[in-house]
Amino acid sequence: MRKITLHIATSPHVVKGASTETIMKNVIYALLPAAAFGVYAFGISALLVLLTTTISAVAIEHFLCKISKKESTVSDYSAAITGLLLGMCLPPDFPLWMAFMGSAISIGLGKFIFGGLGYNVFNPALVGRAFLQATFPVPITTWYQAFGPDRFYHISSSVLALPFMQPAVDGVSGATPLSAFKFDHVDTQTYDLAMGFINGSIGETGTVFLILGGIYLAWRKMLNWRIPVSIFITVFVFSGAAYLINNTAYPSPVFTLFSGGLMLGAIYMATDMVASPITSMGVWVYGAIIGILVVMIRLWGGLPEGVMYAILLANAISPHIDNLIRPRVYGTTNKLKLS
Amino acid sequence: MSEHKQTENNPQGKDKKMVIAMGSIGLICALLIVLTYQGTFASIEKNKAEALEKAIFKVLPGISKTKAFQLNQDQTFSETNATDPKIPKVYAGYDSIGQLKGIAVQANGKGYGEVLNLLYGYDIDNQKIVGFYVLESKETPGIGDKIEKEDFLANFKAMDAALNDDFTKIKNEITTVKHGEKTNDWQIDGITGATITSRAVGNILSMSSNQWMPLIYKNKKSFLINDKSK
Amino acid sequence: MSVINQNKSEKGFLSSIADHPSTDEFIKGVWRENPVFVQVLGMCPSLAVSNSAKNALAMGLATAFVLLMSNILISLLRDFIPKQVRIASYILIIATFVTVIDYAMQAISIELHKSLGAFIALIVVNCIILSRAEAFASKNTVGKSILDALGMGIGFTFALLCIGGVREILGSGSFLGFEFMPDSFEKWVIMVLPAGGFFTLAFLLLIFNSFKIKNNRA
Repeated sequence: MRKITLHIATSPHVVKGASTETIMKNVIYALLPAAAFGVYAFGISALLVLLTTTISAVAIEHFLCKISKKESTVSDYSAAITGLLLGMCLPPDFPLWMAFMGSAISIGLGKFIFGGLGYNVFNPALVGRAFLQATFPVPITTWYQAFGPDRFYHISSSVLALPFMQPAVDGVSGATPLSAFKFDHVDTQTYDLAMGFINGSIGETGTVFLILGGIYLAWRKMLNWRIPVSIFITVFVFSGAAYLINNTAYPSPVFTLFSGGLMLGAIYMATDMVASPITSMGVWVYGAIIGILVVMIRLWGGLPEGVMYAILLANAISPHIDNLIRPRVYGTTNKLKLS
Repeated sequence: MSEHKQTENNPQGKDKKMVIAMGSIGLICALLIVLTYQGTFASIEKNKAEALEKAIFKVLPGISKTKAFQLNQDQTFSETNATDPKIPKVYAGYDSIGQLKGIAVQANGKGYGEVLNLLYGYDIDNQKIVGFYVLESKETPGIGDKIEKEDFLANFKAMDAALNDDFTKIKNEITTVKHGEKTNDWQIDGITGATITSRAVGNILSMSSNQWMPLIYKNKKSFLINDKSK
Repeated sequence: MSVINQNKSEKGFLSSIADHPSTDEFIKGVWRENPVFVQVLGMCPSLAVSNSAKNALAMGLATAFVLLMSNILISLLRDFIPKQVRIASYILIIATFVTVIDYAMQAISIELHKSLGAFIALIVVNCIILSRAEAFASKNTVGKSILDALGMGIGFTFALLCIGGVREILGSGSFLGFEFMPDSFEKWVIMVLPAGGFFTLAFLLLIFNSFKIKNNRA
C-alpha cells in the first residue's frame, strides 16, 4: 500500500512514498496511547483481550500464508493492526476464546479470502466484530464497570471462560452512555465522555488519545483526514438537526460525537485505505454516508450503536461512489464506467 | 400453416401424439394424486385434530380440557363429536375446576399465497382475544411467516374485541395498521415488508369476530358445564 | 466378463445393477457430482431449511423421493413423450410427486410439515430434479435412472445433513433434536439465522474443493 500524495510537477512523477510497513507501524504507535488508556481504565482483563486478538491475528495470518504456500505477510504489521483494532472495539471482559474466533474471522474471512492485504472489500477488524456481534449478541453487549478497584490484580472469570462455554457473570455490569441513553434515557456529562470516565469497549473510551493519534497520522500524511472530518461534520449537523427538532427524545450532537465507537471508527476504521474510495470527492461522500448511517442507526435503529454497520455498508458501496463521481472525460458524452 | 405442412410430413399426427401424450400423463398424475389423497386422508385428519387440540391449549392460556360445540341451524350451540369439517364448530376451554375460560375459534381466509388457517382464543367475560395461532400457512418464508413469530403474536395477548351496545357487532373493527403505528388495543401492529399477510390476518380476524362473537356472546350459557348438577 | 455381456444383451433391470459402469452412476451423484457441493444446484432449500438436522434430513429425503419417482416415470415414458412438450410433461410429473410427498408428510407429522412450510411445495422448482430428468432420465434406461436418482438423492440428503448438522450443533447445541452439549454451551446465534447457512455452505464447499484438488493432484 502506498499513500498517494499530489505533487504538481512535470513528468516523470516519481516519488518515494512511505512503505506499507512504515505506515502500519505509525498507525500502531498512534493507537497505543488509546489502548493503554483502555488497559488503565479496565485493568488486566482488557490487556489480555488486546494481547489475544493481536497475537492470534498475527499467528493466523502466518498460518494461512503457510498452508497456501505463500510468503508470510506478517512483517507488514497489517495483521497486528487488524488484531489490535478488533480488540479495541470489544468489551473489556470479553471471553478470550471468542476474541480468538473474532481474529480468525477477521483475518480469514475479512482479508485472506479476498486475496490478502490490498484486496479486502471491508475493514477486516469490523468483519470480525460483525460476526461476533451476530454470533454472541449477549457477551458482546455485556459491559463491566470501568475503574473497578481491583482491576489490576483480578482477572475477570468471564475472560477465562472455557472454549465454547458461556462466560460466567461476575462483577458489576454497567451500561455504556449510548445504551443508557437509548434504553433508560440517562444522559452522560460531556466531560466524562471526553475524558473516558465511562464504560464501553476497550479502545473507544480514550477519546482524547484517539484524536491525538489521528492528528499525528494526518500530520504524517498517513491518514486521509477528509474521511474523519467528513464523518464528524455530517454526524454533528444531522444529529444537531434532530436535537433541534426534539431535544428530549434525541441526544445532543456533542453527545453523539463523543459517545460510543465513533472516534475509533471514524479515525482508524473508516480510513482503511483499501476499503475506502480513492478520489478525494468520493472520500467526502463516503464520510457523509457513514455519518448519516451512524445517526440513523443510533436514533431510530434497534441497536444503541451503529458505527460498525455504517462503516461496513459504506465499505461495500465505496467502489460505486468512485464510479458515480468520476468526471466526464473531456470530449466524451457518457461517463466511463470503472469495471 | 400451409408452410408448416410442407416442412413436416404429418403435422396432424404429431399434434395428435402430443395431445395424447400430455393427456395420458395428466391422467396418470391425476390418478396418483387421488390415490395418495385417499390413502392419507384418515391419518392427516387425525394429525390435524391432534394439532388443533394442541393449538387450542396454546390460544386459551390456563385451560385443562376442551369441548367442541357445533353451530346449529337455529343459531344455537350444542356439544358435538362430529368430525365433518363442513359443520361450523368452536372449541370451549375449561380450567381444572370446570370453569369456562374462553372459546377458541378457527378462521380461514386468503393470505398472500394460499389459504391462511388461523385459530384464536376469545375470552367472553372480558371480551378480548387472548391468543392467536397459525394452524396452516404457505406464506413466503422469511417474510410472511413472521406472523408466527413472537413479535407479531404479542398483538394478541389482550386484544380488544368488545361488542357494541346491542351485542350485534364488534364495537371497534380489528384492523391492521402500519408497523409502529399501533395506538389502540383493537389494532394489529403490521409487519414491515409483509403488509399483505399482516393485513390478511386483520381482515380474517375482523370478519370472523363479527360473525362469531355476537353468536357466542348470545349463547354464553350453553358453553357452561355444570359439574355439580351431574 | 461373459456374465456381463450376457446381462447386457438381456437389457433388463437387474443387468443394469450388475453392470459395472452403472454402479458408477450411483457413486457419481453421491460424491463426484454431488448436487450441492459440486454442481451447486438447489441452493434455495439447502440454505433455507438447513437450520436443523431434522429439517435438513426431511427435506433431503422428500427431494430424493420426488427425484427417484419422477426419474422412473420419465425414463419409462421417454419414448412416449414428444420432444416439443417434454419440459411441460416433466414438470407435470414432478409436481404430481411433490403433491404426493406433501400429503405423505402431513400424514406422518403435521409439525414437520409445518416447519418445512412452503419449501415442500417448492421442491417442484428444485433444479436438481428437472436437470436429472432432462439430462439423464430422458436418455437412459429405467435401471440406470433409478441408480442416478438414488445417487443424486442420497448426495443431496448427505449435503443437506452436513449443513444442517453443523448449523444445529453450533447454533442449538444439539443434533437431530438430541441435546448433547453441556448447559453452559454458548450457542452461536448466527448459525440458526440465514447468514449462518451461507457461512456453513461456503465453509463446506471450501473443504470439499480442497479434497477435490488434492485428489486431482494425486
